[in-house]
Amino acid sequence: MNKVVATAAEALESAGLRDGMTIMAGGFGLCGIPENCIAAIRALGVRDLTIISNNCGVDDFGLGILLATRQIRKMVSSYVGENAEFERQFLAGELEVDLVPQGTLAERIRAGGAGIPAFYTPTGVGTVVAEGKEIRDFDGRMYVMERGLRADLSIVKADVGDHSGNCIYRKTARNFNPMMATAGETCIVEVERLVPTGQLDADQIHTPGIFVDYILEGSNYEKRIEQRTNRPAGSA
Amino acid sequence: MKSVSSRERIVLRAARELQDGFYVNLGIGMPTQVANHIPAGMNIVLESENGMLGIGPFPYEGEEDADLINAGKQTITELPGSSYFSSADSFGMIRGGHIDLTIMGAMEISQEGDLANWMIPGKLVKGMGGGMDLVVSARRVVMIMTHCDKKGNPKLLPQCTLPLTGKRCVHRVITEHAVFDFEDGKMILKERWPETSAEELRKITAAEYTEADSVVEMVI
Repeated sequence: MNKVVATAAEALESAGLRDGMTIMAGGFGLCGIPENCIAAIRALGVRDLTIISNNCGVDDFGLGILLATRQIRKMVSSYVGENAEFERQFLAGELEVDLVPQGTLAERIRAGGAGIPAFYTPTGVGTVVAEGKEIRDFDGRMYVMERGLRADLSIVKADVGDHSGNCIYRKTARNFNPMMATAGETCIVEVERLVPTGQLDADQIHTPGIFVDYILEGSNYEKRIEQRTNRPAGSA
Repeated sequence: MKSVSSRERIVLRAARELQDGFYVNLGIGMPTQVANHIPAGMNIVLESENGMLGIGPFPYEGEEDADLINAGKQTITELPGSSYFSSADSFGMIRGGHIDLTIMGAMEISQEGDLANWMIPGKLVKGMGGGMDLVVSARRVVMIMTHCDKKGNPKLLPQCTLPLTGKRCVHRVITEHAVFDFEDGKMILKERWPETSAEELRKITAAEYTEADSVVEMVI
């Protein structure tokens, strides 16, 4: 069982990347996004993609670069506010958007990967989010039924991984990545540092290798910062 | 009385909602400023819904870490005792009722405690982010907003005109003029800014409310 591939393009081709696929992409804003996979999807030119990701990047970075090439047909996200091309395509009716509360999105992906087809949450009851969905009373409180979510492919970014596919994330770059790793029929993980099996402390693994089909050491990470905020020098 | 702007007054009053040992989630914008007014000696742990407990101050120039941001996508730092977790765990702790307090901005609040703060029909919808989860699940949901909009229209209304973020989810709202609580779908005036008369407050508040047995002076 060899999970290691040299490049994101090789992983995507092995995973059967094709038009019309549903793809989960990890990250929160531009933090913890699979930069190499996104760039390779752009280069491979597949179209009509449904992308499940908390956000949609910015105009010229992250998932935004797949909007520029019109490769995305539908976005499933909780917040898409940082992107002018997104706004243009959405208002022109070229792009479908399904807005999902962030916690519901995270739990739908977690549930999908864990074999749970649906669950009840209080989030969104009495709002447009609950329209057309089953509402149920548990112990005197109302909940809306939400469905587990799976994808044809998940593209995930971790900090370190080993040849067996075990992965460790770093700081807030973890976000949606671990759940997405479990919810794709095929899962590709790109890491900043790939090490031989046995080099990672088994007690520190966030994503066990069972969820990972392909792993690669990415290159040329830009890791762009969206909002650079500082405290003045000399302050506490 | 300190001379501060309306917004500073709201932020300072909101900081008085903090209690020692609280785990707190602050919304983006004005609520984030509450973090600058945590009383000395009070232990508050700030949660960031993208997966962190124990938000530290902004980094010094040159020390920014692209892997360490808050929910507003700003660079931050960690503190002794900070922890990181996934978005699923983050919203698990939110929905599970483990967050003591959330302070968030609002566009409209109804007299029953309904909240609207995520979309304006006709304008581009950017998404609700984590707001809808937080307002139905934090143990205490405190909204802060200017009492009226930029045109002077009341934002405390009989019913919200904008699409809702949550129904009957607000426990308390703080404006520059007053503090109201919502109990069993009723709005109750608790505190009034000393320079705002009772009549004046009625005039700028479209929502129906009763006065608590002892309305006290709003203190910052």
